[in-house]
Amino acid sequence: MTIEILMPALSPTMEEGTLSKWLVNEGDSISSGDLIAEIETDKATMEVEAVDDGKIGQLLVAEGTEGVKVNTPIALLVDTNESPHATIKNIADKPYLEKEKIPSKPINDKPISIEVNSSLITVREALRNAMAEEMRADKSVFVMGEEVAEYQGAYKVTQGLLNEFGGKRVYDTPITEHGFAGIGIGAAFGNLKPIVEFMTFNFAMQAMDQIINSAAKTLYMSGGQMGCPIVFRGPNGAASRVAAQHSQCYASWYAHCPGLKVVSPWSSKDAKGLLKSAIRDPDPVIFLENEVMYGQSFSCPDDDNFTLPIGKANIEKEGNDVTIIAFSIMVGKSLDAAEILKDKNINAEVINLRTLRPLDVDTIIESVKKTNRVVTCEEGFPFSGIGAEISALITEKAFDWLDAPVVRVTGKDVPMPYAANLENLALPQVDDIVIACAQVCYED
Amino acid sequence: MNKNMAKKISTEPKMNYDLNLLQDMYKKMLLIRRFEEKAGQLYGMGQIGGFCHLYIGQEAVVVGIQSAQIDGDSIVTSYRDHGHMLACDMDPKGVMAELTGRKDGYSKGKGGSMHMFSREKGFFGGHGIVAAQVPIGAGLAFSHKYNGNKNVSITYFGDGAANQGQVYESYNIASLWKLPVVFVIENNKYGMGTSVNRSSAGENLSDRGKPYGIMSEIVDGMDILAVREAAIRAIDYCRSGKGPYILEMKTYRYRGHSMSDPAKYRTRDEVDKIRKTSDPIENIKSLLNKMGVEDKTLKDIDTNIKSVIAEAAKFAQDSPEPSDDELFTDITIN
Repeated sequence: MTIEILMPALSPTMEEGTLSKWLVNEGDSISSGDLIAEIETDKATMEVEAVDDGKIGQLLVAEGTEGVKVNTPIALLVDTNESPHATIKNIADKPYLEKEKIPSKPINDKPISIEVNSSLITVREALRNAMAEEMRADKSVFVMGEEVAEYQGAYKVTQGLLNEFGGKRVYDTPITEHGFAGIGIGAAFGNLKPIVEFMTFNFAMQAMDQIINSAAKTLYMSGGQMGCPIVFRGPNGAASRVAAQHSQCYASWYAHCPGLKVVSPWSSKDAKGLLKSAIRDPDPVIFLENEVMYGQSFSCPDDDNFTLPIGKANIEKEGNDVTIIAFSIMVGKSLDAAEILKDKNINAEVINLRTLRPLDVDTIIESVKKTNRVVTCEEGFPFSGIGAEISALITEKAFDWLDAPVVRVTGKDVPMPYAANLENLALPQVDDIVIACAQVCYED
Repeated sequence: MNKNMAKKISTEPKMNYDLNLLQDMYKKMLLIRRFEEKAGQLYGMGQIGGFCHLYIGQEAVVVGIQSAQIDGDSIVTSYRDHGHMLACDMDPKGVMAELTGRKDGYSKGKGGSMHMFSREKGFFGGHGIVAAQVPIGAGLAFSHKYNGNKNVSITYFGDGAANQGQVYESYNIASLWKLPVVFVIENNKYGMGTSVNRSSAGENLSDRGKPYGIMSEIVDGMDILAVREAAIRAIDYCRSGKGPYILEMKTYRYRGHSMSDPAKYRTRDEVDKIRKTSDPIENIKSLLNKMGVEDKTLKDIDTNIKSVIAEAAKFAQDSPEPSDDELFTDITIN
């Protein structure tokens, strides 16, 4: 009997991985629990154990192959008395035997054009480059958080920083968000520039008091004496199949509070330019990343001095018929929706907010005056969300320019469910944006 | 090491102290007391609003510790902060004007009693959330260590705060990273209206450093010389790079938790007894007498201080309210 050994899913968001090393050869006998391969995911390099006893009949994927999809057969296991290769022909061609790079799906299925003096890098790499560049330029910048140093980052965003900057600039903290957030704030009051990584913003709830009461309010309460130049960064919003306590967008929570700046990048360019600005900023900045975006590649300027201004939105696609306002992962979904809307003869403008506080009201209002119709997009809950704020602002500042009520596309007003189908329903999808845009344009 | 932890220090005053130092400490303690009495009075007149937590009875703690510090050390405390600011040589006028919510207050009238700061004097607040200043103090210590200077952070908190989780998160990290921080627990026996016996398990709050390997002492916080000696030991230890240190100061506040607290949770006799037998200012006063300082000299000091405080009170009432434009300044730097 032959058993297919499949590429395992080793993290909630893993769709593919690199088969970095085989620890067995064809013909080896193995027992359940033996290590058979090393697989590198976005987050870590992991060892894979055999589940069944038997003999390795054939290795289907060569060492070093990148982009091996989850559930792809990577090896065949035969009974110990069968000779290797015995039953292979009927089961599988060697789909990945040649080492090759399988490119990840580009946005809108269009090839990504690389701008001048730029490189194609992932959001993860852009974030790391931003930190490394700022740490080289300013000795008062340091990184602290759970698993940021020796483990190289729970999501590998801080990979390599410990090696380059050493333990006096990169600190592993205990799992005590309230305490280490406060220590970061104290260090910022002491004129250092901490970058505090939360493994995810879900865990920053434990540190909320320090972030709001100490970091955000002290400048005001001190009559301008006590600046707090700190960056709190980490993944925000839904990951994948991790349910209610680990899937939430906190954008409106932080954007609600005066004293904070709230930034949420979409592309690699956003990530690098905005994180560098956040580190240089004299105020506390909440930097909301998205785990699903970490592995996506975009063109990103190489220049060490490239920054993007905090408080300025970017029009990712110009259009005349409807304005889609989005941030973070929803920008990509909005651009996908805009492509589909072309078929309905709707030319959508897509605004990437980049910063949620201070909000770039001018760019929004100018766009409303042009298109007269608005759809807002966010992963967060609808009630008192970013969309609610934008809708109110437009009512106050551009009511007479509207040809339709503003429509909000948001996460559903429920804790995130675990079941795949329910999770899919709970999250805002491209189709939801398309339908909303058609609605404000009074099209079917 | 365990042997030395939480040892009870003898509080026998030593007679070989420099007279000038003793007089200075006396002056500072008296300044704090007179300031607080005036603040209580202004509160009663409606000149000070909101919460106002007085430090009367605890003066020896902050003055004794301050006498062991050097320039550049940082201080951070809770909302019972007037005494700490005066001990740091912040101007009583600026502190009082903040209490009255005027433009010449340390925070331009935008912070009030609980939220005042002076980077120049190394005073980092004045924090209104119970125990929030503890990780912040550890963070200030982190900045001293990071910058490689020899300064330490003095982080004050009360017995009430000592039950907050973030205190232990801070102990853990401070000990792991050997941060130069002296944690000063001002145990005045009541967290608002709940006595320490009813809120805190275990015998002594200082014992709670043991599991983290943090040295600690229990100190008679009503005896300024005992406070000073313990502070010298603690600060030397931190300054030499050995990590954090805990001082549990047994002290007592004469007034309610805040001005609006009728303090029904303890008897008048309890307060009177401590006032009569262990008042920190009376203690140092009688020591000064024994060392030959005449009553008249001490009375002159008091008269001078009263006039400084009267001046501060007048300043605080004459200073204008902040202009309406101040509403929207200092929210962010840029």
